Parts: sequence; structure tokens; C-alpha cells
Amino acid sequence: MSKMLTNLLAWTDARFPLTKMWEEHLSKYYAPKNFNFWYFFGSLALLVLVIQIVTGIFLTMNYKPDGAMAFASVEYIMRDVEWGWLIRYMHSTGASAFFVVVYLHMFRGLMYGSYKKPRELIWLFGMMIYLVLMAEAFMGYLLPWGQMSYWGAQVIISLFSAIPVVGEDLALWIRGDYVISDATLNRFFAFHVIAVPLVLLGLVVAHIIALHEVGSNNPDGVDIKKKKDENGIPLDGIPFHPYYSVKDIVGVVVFLMVFSLIIFYAPEMGGYFLEHANFIPADPLKTPEHIAPVWYFTPFYAILRAVPDKLLGVIAMGGAIAVLFILPWLDRNNVRSIRYRSSAYKINLVLFVISFIALGWLGMQPATETLTMFARIFSAIYFGFFVALFFISKNEKTKPVPERVTG
Amino acid sequence: MMKKLILIALIFFVAPAGVLAAGGGVPLDKANVDLHNQESLQRGAKLFVNYCLNCHSAGYARYNRVATDLGITEEQMSENMIFTTDDNGEKSKVGSLMKVAMSEKYAKEAFGTKIPDLTLVARVRGNDWLYTYLRTFYLDDSRPAGMNNLVFPDVGMPHVLWELQGHQKAVVETTTDADGHEHEKIVGFETVVPGSMTGPEYDQAVRDLVGFLAYMGEPVQLKRQKLGVYVLLFLALLFVVAYFLKKEYWKDIH
Repeated sequence: MSKMLTNLLAWTDARFPLTKMWEEHLSKYYAPKNFNFWYFFGSLALLVLVIQIVTGIFLTMNYKPDGAMAFASVEYIMRDVEWGWLIRYMHSTGASAFFVVVYLHMFRGLMYGSYKKPRELIWLFGMMIYLVLMAEAFMGYLLPWGQMSYWGAQVIISLFSAIPVVGEDLALWIRGDYVISDATLNRFFAFHVIAVPLVLLGLVVAHIIALHEVGSNNPDGVDIKKKKDENGIPLDGIPFHPYYSVKDIVGVVVFLMVFSLIIFYAPEMGGYFLEHANFIPADPLKTPEHIAPVWYFTPFYAILRAVPDKLLGVIAMGGAIAVLFILPWLDRNNVRSIRYRSSAYKINLVLFVISFIALGWLGMQPATETLTMFARIFSAIYFGFFVALFFISKNEKTKPVPERVTG
Repeated sequence: MMKKLILIALIFFVAPAGVLAAGGGVPLDKANVDLHNQESLQRGAKLFVNYCLNCHSAGYARYNRVATDLGITEEQMSENMIFTTDDNGEKSKVGSLMKVAMSEKYAKEAFGTKIPDLTLVARVRGNDWLYTYLRTFYLDDSRPAGMNNLVFPDVGMPHVLWELQGHQKAVVETTTDADGHEHEKIVGFETVVPGSMTGPEYDQAVRDLVGFLAYMGEPVQLKRQKLGVYVLLFLALLFVVAYFLKKEYWKDIH
């Protein structure tokens, strides 16, 4: 039996680089041995992607992308389809979970300078994934066809109309109608279930190939490829499989426990994951009292509202995301990890995190005068982070970086 | 009976002290529904089909699912709780959705608005809101139907449960603020016409009804919570295995 399998493998290897790929990406991919807590979120993002695709496939079997039937079909899934409620909650919770793990993954990159040379392209692919993920989530949120789905989409798409000259036509072109309608729902469905996921998968592959080409960074920001043994294996490197595959399983189980706690005991997450108003069918004639996007968009929504002018607000919101793309070139210091960087850098990063969370909260609140003032302050801090980083990193007083990883 | 009536008349429905301190929204009374109490849910279902389902639909829920979940046989359901008819004018089948006969057009003429479906109302409003709402209708001559509501001012719906609760009027307190403006605030309610139930009886009836609405908003919730225990126990076990597996593999890495 085992001889047969060996022969089969040899037969395959002669025709397809199976063993080669296995070795390159898993059994002989040497990752630094000092990964900490923050390094769980990359593989978790991959897990959530798979959860979303699989549950999404099952949802499509009963969901109806039709303005007159969409809302009822979701309730049909929740009530009449066997295990439909579980699939739906996994998908709705998965959407938020995706952003939780992606935000933590991005923060890890910020902390340990994973975006720096030679990993700029990994960062760029990652940013594109983030951008595409936002589009995916935004279009998916329209599909339940509740009040928040409808009016949230109405507000966001109307932002395009702020663009001079072509704005109105552009918004019309995106919607396929003068308001959000059945036509919009149909095209968003097409994008959500096939077009965007295809792009997403391609980008994820590119992200991982780029990573495996240069190798993983680590909490010390040390380049482990500089110190190799006689066989050319990094002294501080260990094969991804089995070491990190078994370690990531622990992370996966812990993640699934949190994920299950939400699915089984708080699927609405107090209105953050499933907004209360979204249990009312979309009604084009009735605007909800308070329209707020889902939590993962609120930091940018707060920035949008902080600017009095609509066009400038849209530019600021776009800029808040765009500026992240050029991060590798804004940070002019060669030291990667926060462990060996200056206090000024650390304070700057802490302020950035505070501003991001504060903006996220503000984006959910009604825009009162006081809160708008706070949104302006935190928007300034948000953008200030990048400006300050550019100057701090020029002649930064860093600590000496060790030759080898510290454990 | 007379004694009871006097008692009801004497009962002064003073909302919790929280109402007095109402800033923006009205503080809500706790519904404290118990979804495990099937008898309560059955009473709630009865109230629902008798008082609500005439105008409101529950168009995503099915009669037989309600029957199964609430421990009622399909025959009992069909005989005692189905009052609606299907498109052919025949009595609704037990497997059908809990739709309502009233047309949208008629509803708009009679009530001036579209009448919301109630299947998901508990998920939209929350149990406490519904519990407070159904207990705070009061007489108000300025409204077309002659009544108003504390948590939903100028609501189009009349007090459908008035036979049970009776009619009450608002006790208004007028305060003058620092600028000399007068503010009127409802601080409590006073029974004017007693209903067929005492205050506590009516509170329980509303609790039953809200419990049923909470159940109907998500029929699977009890099963979901029960299943969650097993899933988490399994994951806890898996965690132990995964943890020691990792430890075993990593014992040589320093």
C-alpha cells in the first residue's frame, strides 16, 4: 500500500510540483522561531476566508437576490432551512470576525515593521486585500435587504456624487437606478458572490507568495536569513510545518471558541454585528432615525463626517485609507520592531491606535456638535500619525538591534 | 368582584422612579421574559392570535412551527388558534405562514400607515420596549383614536388590549425651568375605567405576549443556546489536545 502511494507521489511529482510546493511553503519554509501572540492572525484570516466562502455557498442555495423576496428569503433561511440559522450566523459573525483579525494582523505589521524593505509588496498586496474586503463587506451588507442595508448603501453610494463633474452620473451608474433598487441588489449580489471573491483569492495568493519569497518578519525585526547553518537553514528558523501548523491549531481552537460564543450566545453582538434596524425590511420611503455603517467602517465614516464639506470629506476618508498604502515609504527608519525604536515612535503609535478606536466609536454616534469636534481632533491625530512618523523616523534614536532573535 | 374593582381603581400605576428622571428616551421597565416557560409562551401566543394577528401579520412564521416549539399539537393549533384565511377564503393550513387577511390598501386607509409585520418586532424594538409600550397607553383627546402612548408618542395603533387593562389617564407634572419655561411631563398613570384584569395580572399577560414575540423573533434561540454548550465543550477538549500536541512538538525548540 505505502509503496503504491510512494509511486503515485513520484508519478505526480514528475508531472506537477506537489512535493516541491509542499516543501517550499510548508515543510521547508523556515519561519522565525520567536513568533508571539500577534502572529496568529494571518492564518486566522485565512480560516475566516474559508468559513465565509463555504457558508456563503450554502446561503446562496436559498437566498433570493430580488427586492421583493430578499428579506423574506433570509428569514426563510433562519427558520425553515435545516441548520440555515447556523450558516447565516456563521456568515454574519464571520464578516465582523474577518475585520477583527485583519485589523489585528495589520496592527502587528505596524508594530514590528513588517511593511519595510524587503516586504513592501507584501504590505501593498495586504492593503489591496483590505480594500477589496471592504468592498466585499459593503456589498454583502445590502443583501439582507433590511433598513440599514438599504439606507447604509444609499448614504455610501451617494458619496460618489460628491466627485465634481462625473459624480452624479457615476453614482447613477453604480446603482443602476436613481435610488438603491432591485437593480442595485442584483449587481451587488453578482459582485459579492463571484467577482470580488475571485479578486480576493488572487490577492491572498499573491500576498502569501510574496511573503514566502522574502520570508517572515518577527517580533525582533531581525533578518533570520543572515545567520545560516552549514545546510543553508536559518539558525533562528524552524520549518513552518509541523511547528507552526500545530501552534496555529491552538490559535484556531481559541478563535473558534470566541467565534462560537458569539454565534450561540450573542449573534447580534448587541446590535454591532447585526443592527436592530436591519430586522425591518428595506423601505425606500422611510429613512431610519439614525443611519450608521457597521462597526468596521465607522472610523472612516467618522472622518468623513468630521469634514464640513462633502467633497473634502470624501477625499479625507479616501485619504485615510490611501495613506496606509505609502506607509513603507513614510517610515524612513531601518529598524523594524517597536522593541528597538524610540519613545517618540511608541507614543505616536499609541496615539494612532487610540484615535482609530475613538473614531470607530464616534462613527456610530449621532453627529452632535461636541462629538463632531472630537471627531475632528481624532481625525487630526489619525493623519498626524503619518506626518509625525515621516519626521520622527528621519533621525530616530533607536536601540541596537540584536544579531539573533531574543526568544 | 366589587372589591377587586375598587382595588384596581385604587391602584395607582406609578412608573418606576426612573421615569421621573427621563432625559431623552423614556426609561423602560424590565420585561423579564422566560422563554423556557412554555405555558407563558402559549398564553402569549393565544393573546397574539386573538388581539394582534387581526391587523398585524407574522408573515415569516408558520403555525405548525409555533405549535411544535410551544408544545401544542397541530390539531389544537388548528382548532383554537387559527382564525385567518388563505387566498381562496379557506381557513389557513397549519403549515402556512401567519399572514393576515387585511390588505395593505385598507390598512393605509384605516390607520394612515402601513401596519408592520410582527415576526421580528422583538429583535427590532427589544423586549423591554415592547413590555413598556403595551402597558403605557393613556387617554388623550387630541389623538384620532382618543389615546396616546408614553414610549411611542402619537402612535397610530389604538390600545387593542384595553378590555384587559382598562383605560388609564396620564398624571402630568408641570415644572418650570431656570428660564421660566414650563415643561409638562408624564409621571405616572391613573386608572379611569378598570379592565377585566388587575394590574399585576395585566403585567403578566403582557409579559406572556412579549415572551411569545421574543420567541417568534428567533424560534431557534433556545436550541441554539443548548447546542452552544456542546460545541464549546468539544472545543475545550480539542484545545487541551491541541495545546499538548503543540507542547510536544515544541519541546526541543529553545
